[in-house]
Amino acid sequence: MTADHQMLALLLFSAFVAVTLGITTWVSRHRHGSPEEFYAGGRLFSPMENGFAIAGDYMSAASFLGISGLIALVGYDGMLYSVGFLVAWLVVLFLVAELVRNCGRFTLADVVAARMRERPVRIAAGTSSVTVSVLYLVAQMVGAGSLVALLLGGTGEAAQAWTVIGVGALMVVYVSLGGMRATTWIQIVKAVLLLGGTVALTVLVLLRFHGDFNRLLLTAAERSGHGEAFLAPGLAYGGDWTARFDFISLGLALVLGTAGLPHILSRFYTVPTARAARRSVVWAIGLIGGFYLMTIVLGFGAAALLGPEAVRGSNASGNTAVPLLALELGGGAGSTGGTVLFAIVAAVAFATILAVVAGITLASSASVAHDLYASLRRRRGEPRSEVAVARLAAVGIGVVAIALGLLARDLNVAFLVGLAFAVAASANLPVLLYSLFWRGFTTRGAVWAVYGGLVPAVVLVLLSPVVSGSPGALFPGADFQLFPLQNPGLVSIPLGFLAGWIGTVTSAEVPDEARHAETEVRSLTGAGAV
Amino acid sequence: MQQSNSGDVRYDDPWYDALASGWGESADAGVPPARREESAVAAADVYLEVQRSEAFREVRSRYRRFVVPAVALFLTWYVAYVVTATTVPEWMARPVAGAVNVGMLAGLGQFLTTFLLTWAYVRHARLRRDRAALELRWDTQELARGRDGAA
Repeated sequence: MTADHQMLALLLFSAFVAVTLGITTWVSRHRHGSPEEFYAGGRLFSPMENGFAIAGDYMSAASFLGISGLIALVGYDGMLYSVGFLVAWLVVLFLVAELVRNCGRFTLADVVAARMRERPVRIAAGTSSVTVSVLYLVAQMVGAGSLVALLLGGTGEAAQAWTVIGVGALMVVYVSLGGMRATTWIQIVKAVLLLGGTVALTVLVLLRFHGDFNRLLLTAAERSGHGEAFLAPGLAYGGDWTARFDFISLGLALVLGTAGLPHILSRFYTVPTARAARRSVVWAIGLIGGFYLMTIVLGFGAAALLGPEAVRGSNASGNTAVPLLALELGGGAGSTGGTVLFAIVAAVAFATILAVVAGITLASSASVAHDLYASLRRRRGEPRSEVAVARLAAVGIGVVAIALGLLARDLNVAFLVGLAFAVAASANLPVLLYSLFWRGFTTRGAVWAVYGGLVPAVVLVLLSPVVSGSPGALFPGADFQLFPLQNPGLVSIPLGFLAGWIGTVTSAEVPDEARHAETEVRSLTGAGAV
Repeated sequence: MQQSNSGDVRYDDPWYDALASGWGESADAGVPPARREESAVAAADVYLEVQRSEAFREVRSRYRRFVVPAVALFLTWYVAYVVTATTVPEWMARPVAGAVNVGMLAGLGQFLTTFLLTWAYVRHARLRRDRAALELRWDTQELARGRDGAA
């Protein structure tokens, strides 16, 4: 990449940072530090604003760059990701969004703890939420590091390390100073930029083929060197049965994990009513669906216009396919149009990572302060002190994420994201669904459901080929691999549901009829909702 | 949690307790929990009452009658899609028109069904559930407030 690209991309990115920091200071100008304001932005966002913010939280750089790149390299199999990421929203819309908005205050644990003995349930749900968030956060940090190295040409270790540190520091500033209100506005700005960039590129790709999608697919298939096979499943996951089960496992984790992601759940509390939460999910589904449809066009467009060799030559896992496509669509290397488009795409990708990272940090600091800290210390203090703890927690999480991001620099980003979804689906979803819909659910069942999903998911990953016993593993030298799949979802999600059921049927505790009635009535009517 | 301490000690004069639980005392000894517990009992009765009411059962069954089949439908359709794509990719490779094959149609079909189900759910909720749920909400809160005042 030439110096022009880098300068322009840096300028655009600095502009984004300046605007977002401006938003943060403007938003926090008369702040009174209540938990309502810090965790939920005062619950006064409109459904459209929250819909954009949800889309902003969800469309990570992994999907913008990763999925398009995957489609460019393996064709149809990359599309399977897009489908899973979108269908997951039906679980959220039907079973979770409105009910959670009605019953909870700030976190997942609020919903569960309303029916159960509070302390053990809060500690369990808080622990799993923080685990999911940190995994997701590390994935984004690693992505940021490698992206900067690739896009700005700074391939050195130092550039990567400084990017991770810089992203971490910025996110801590956004979250601890601006809370949910600033984070939401950053998500909205980012979602608009990302969608704008994607629409522009998609239109340019389709114009190249005179609007003929069929022509685009045929050219892509031809240039890929795989012919017709490029447009059918099997190139990436059609190998042995392990690879196939691995994909089924990932597919399950994707579709069930979204409803358990803490930073998505916390978004429903930023609107005034359950109806507003429903309408914001509808906005989000429209935006996210449109976005994933466009990533398909971009992926096949990159395959057709650049060819897999060029894509693979720049980055082996295809992460730079979209920026390269932008360069090509603008008129090729050296042209003004190409330089501008490339710089825009690079800046949008940075903005994406920064915003997603801020959203996750906020959600996990809420879990630390509202669930873990409030349960583990002896007395309940003033609400104000909880927000102070949350701000401190944001700093702590930032430091942990920077450290892990530096350590895990060479790990595959897509794998980390898949793992975060698998843990969310195994540990958070069972307990959430059971406490919303099962009359006989008990405290022991809730605790078992969380740990019964969380522990197997993490242990299976430690025993998987990702950690040891394969050439691409974290510790390629060691071999304690016992579990064949990379993604634990296929085993750990059923285990989470099973553990919750066993815990409930074996516990002597009589389920509290009155508190179940309260949860059910509140969840469906919104009575007593905050 | 609060039932244990409030059962045996209950004061009528809030000022007395406000003074009694000063700085440095265990947080569990204050009167606010005792009063909250009383209204919590009253509120719990309200929720049980509402849960057993005809109107609430109607709202709940309308919600479930839509959501249960819809969830079963889209999960089956999605799992079938993923399993077919991974286990019998040949089926998906069958051409339909031009470059478009069965797999491409199935994938875009997933997008389409997601949009359609979203629309259907929102319509169902708006027409069949929202008004009744809102009335129940006010009624429940009204009842709870009445109990609080009496207690």
